[in-house]
Amino acid sequence: MMARRGHDVTVLERDPQNLARLGDDHGCTTVVGDGLDDEVLRDAGIENCDAFVTCTRGDNTNLMAAQIAQKRYSVQMVCAKVNDPQRAHEYNKIGVFCIVPNLLTAGMMRCWLTGEEYGPIESFNRLEDA
Amino acid sequence: MYVIVVGGGQVGVHLTKRLLQAGREVLLLEKDGGIISSLKVQIGESVMVGDGCEAQTQKRAGFQRADVVVAVTGDDEDNLVICQMAKNTWGVSRTIARVNDPTHMWLFRELGVSSSVSATDVLYNLIEQEISVGTVIPLAALRMGNIEVVEATLTARSPSVGKLVREIEIPPKSNIVWLLRGDEGIVVDGDTRLQEGDLVVALVPTASESALRNVL
Repeated sequence: MMARRGHDVTVLERDPQNLARLGDDHGCTTVVGDGLDDEVLRDAGIENCDAFVTCTRGDNTNLMAAQIAQKRYSVQMVCAKVNDPQRAHEYNKIGVFCIVPNLLTAGMMRCWLTGEEYGPIESFNRLEDA
Repeated sequence: MYVIVVGGGQVGVHLTKRLLQAGREVLLLEKDGGIISSLKVQIGESVMVGDGCEAQTQKRAGFQRADVVVAVTGDDEDNLVICQMAKNTWGVSRTIARVNDPTHMWLFRELGVSSSVSATDVLYNLIEQEISVGTVIPLAALRMGNIEVVEATLTARSPSVGKLVREIEIPPKSNIVWLLRGDEGIVVDGDTRLQEGDLVVALVPTASESALRNVL
């Protein structure tokens, strides 16, 4: 999505087979390796990136990678996908921006159903809605 | 004192056993329900099934009244989140993490985990100390072996670090003569202040070598 909009995107993935799912003309740079490994992160260009998004299946992996990007590499925009709303809530409190996919989807459906206005992304992160 | 150990591998099991033997109140938290029965055979009833990273499980395990939470799973990301949640959500004052990849040590420190243990670092330091750091190595024997030239590398734990040479009680008839700091060689006198990492060269009577080692 970002590459198609003209942004410079590097995809970091542990399993090379998964990269095949990007297709042929994705226009991204790809790096194979563990996203918690400093050397791999530097190979992927973390030192010069403007934004770092972490969306593996593991909440804790995402939270750790996000904090490495924030603390060690001072990346300005960092976002972690976190499935557990409670964990996301706790980390949002300490300044790690988390998105909870299920809450986001359900919240947008709610807005569509009730005619409520779609608020900013943070408004879909409310623990009370979980 | 209430201690919660998260991760029922070898480290977690033996740690829990030791703490129980010492009369502590301990709970071992393990995610894999399949190994719980074998854990119970080993350590009795102080075992609970659950994901130690989940707030609900943490609440049931009693994180809110724990004095120490120890995270010893095989995954650094899990150990980090366990300790961070323990501290930030439940106010646990002491958190201890096993760090499997030593390059992650700084992150655990930076994020406020009280203590982090990397087996790799511990083993490496043992080997390095054995080889050179902190040990006085005889370089040459002079005059029929009565006097030796020795070298010692100073570590953070060396008692002489931060002191002026004249403040150190070196054994009689011995002398610190020279040191290497980074790439710079320095001729030592009484007003030289010793630093961590200094490689110190001294002349010492053979019989006093261990006495010199103790003060350095």
